Amino acid sequence: MPRTTRLSSSLLRAAAVTGVAALTLTACGSGSGSDSTGSGSGSVKVGLITKTDTNPFFVKMKEGAEKAAKENGAELSTAAGKFDGDNAGQVTALENMVAAGVKGILITPSDSKAIVPAIEKAKAKGVLVIALDTPTDPESAVDALFATDNLKAGELIGEYAKAAMKGKTAKIAALDLAPGVSVGVQRHDGFLKGFGATEKDVACAQDTGGDQAKGQTAMENCLQKEPGINVVYTINEPAALGAYTALKAKGREKDVLIVSVDGGCTGTQAVKDGKIAATSQQYPLKMAAEGVKAVVAYAKDGKKASGYTDTGVTLITDKAQDGVTSKDTAYGLENCWG
Amino acid sequence: MTATSTPPSTSSPYAELKAPTTARRLLTAPTTGPLAALLLACAFFSFSTDQFLTGGNFSLIVQQVMVVGTLAIGQTLIILTAGIDLSCGAVMAFGSIMIAKMAAEGSMPPLVAIAVGIAVCGGFGLLNGLLVQKIPLPPFIVTLGMLNVAFALTHIYSEEQTVTNLPGPLTALGETFPLGHTDITYGSLVTIGLFLLLAYALSSTGWGRHVYALGNSQEAARLNGIRTSRLTIGVYTVAGLLYGLAALLLISRTGVGDPQAGQTDNLDSITAVVLGGTSLFGGRGSVLGTFIGVLIVGVFRNGLQLMGVASIYQTLITGVLVILAVTVDQISRKKAR
Repeated sequence: MPRTTRLSSSLLRAAAVTGVAALTLTACGSGSGSDSTGSGSGSVKVGLITKTDTNPFFVKMKEGAEKAAKENGAELSTAAGKFDGDNAGQVTALENMVAAGVKGILITPSDSKAIVPAIEKAKAKGVLVIALDTPTDPESAVDALFATDNLKAGELIGEYAKAAMKGKTAKIAALDLAPGVSVGVQRHDGFLKGFGATEKDVACAQDTGGDQAKGQTAMENCLQKEPGINVVYTINEPAALGAYTALKAKGREKDVLIVSVDGGCTGTQAVKDGKIAATSQQYPLKMAAEGVKAVVAYAKDGKKASGYTDTGVTLITDKAQDGVTSKDTAYGLENCWG
Repeated sequence: MTATSTPPSTSSPYAELKAPTTARRLLTAPTTGPLAALLLACAFFSFSTDQFLTGGNFSLIVQQVMVVGTLAIGQTLIILTAGIDLSCGAVMAFGSIMIAKMAAEGSMPPLVAIAVGIAVCGGFGLLNGLLVQKIPLPPFIVTLGMLNVAFALTHIYSEEQTVTNLPGPLTALGETFPLGHTDITYGSLVTIGLFLLLAYALSSTGWGRHVYALGNSQEAARLNGIRTSRLTIGVYTVAGLLYGLAALLLISRTGVGDPQAGQTDNLDSITAVVLGGTSLFGGRGSVLGTFIGVLIVGVFRNGLQLMGVASIYQTLITGVLVILAVTVDQISRKKAR
């Protein structure tokens, strides 16, 4: 019966291939089970999971963590999602780090809500989980949070812009991050609060993803919509520089006030060059270093870090305004990241 | 093993295109290389890190690849017909947000929501197939367009909100059961089951042989009496339904409905197909190869992470492996001529 032979042989082949693939992986399977206490090696294992590998902010954060790990005799492993918002990638990294036996995980959540179930699984295995830069939703899902107060970062540039306008009627453009991302929402709301404006006063709001090219496109479109724009709030300095390029093309760069958040070195230099009026500088290295220290402390005496630690924000500008506390770009460039 | 009631193979058009022995060689040969690569990778990581070679870790790798794996089954079917589907991740994301939102907002019983979500994904596949076949348009362009349509619909429908607090049936496949020392998720079993089912359908049914014939030469298949038009539309529809199942697996794995999900899964699924030895020119390859391909990616990601190597190197290695796999495919095609 050739028919039957062919059928069974193909089924056998299918079973064989699957079997070999499975065996390959389980070979000597029941090794040491999956206990997550890194045995023997002595140094504390710390994991850092950032949103992406490529954003200078996270690159800097990684450097801060590496330095702190060296100083505290800890062993750092890092991972990241493929793109900003890649929750599945972060979940996978979390699982793999728990399997690798880390004592604690530092994470900048790409999706504040979606990451929560995976964090809870890690915590159930006795791993300390700390959020950096971006809070989870709910905030209590992690043991502790080390971050910039993004609302305050927005407020500072809002107050600054208000003072710099000296009573002129403001036409505001907002170059935002992306819908529903907490960091962007908080900075935007903070700016309006500091400026004493409401959503109605925003002549044009566009999402940029914090990207320079998209920031330029957004600004070009905003100028088409409302040529009289004179204040531009931007989510970060790349978006701000995109806006500056668009304004310069229209010959408007001198009479439009651009404010931003981040305090990266390129951005701070742009403040010094007069392209950006002011920026709220944040400190990613500090976030990471504090996080690593907290994990090491937990490994030593079992004390878990808890609650929210504000890692600080400073208004950087060379055109200080009365009644708004700020530091100049010399200070900014000394403390910038990226 | 019992024989099914498929028509006797002698009347199969495929048998007239190529001698059966050649056919069998073509169907099986491409999995040898990928399997060797997988074994080598596993051996390497077993020596490099203590935690790799455990049942728990194996279960973890399968959990991590089941979503892209299920997408890649559909992708394999389409690539076997010499097509390509760029919309699979976006269609899955739309399906998952539909299922999550309809069930969580209580407008629909969970099981109905799941069925509707899977059906909608099937509808996307049907639409892809109709556009490819009836107008006809190149699959690359159709699915590129559909990628944007599904992506936009996902974000419009979800209002950019992640859906949480899902009812039990939606996350049931994420639950585990003990097997020896380890816990396996039901979703992993579903994925493995789907791979076996489609492997059987491709290698041992008339439909499967027609798919290979179509991929080898649409014209020859048509002249041999295969209804190529219906077959193509059917393949895209089945792929769409598989994306719907992937949507359910995704929800069960993450426990939420996430509008941002799956943005690179289209390329990741193509990567798995290529690593598994399936030819992008159509007509050669298998879903079991794809299973190995998806495991290769998962093993590298997991193993490098256990070694403490940054994830960007995993991307680098995956890129090199893809180019190697395509090179091997080209060389073996030249030899086959």
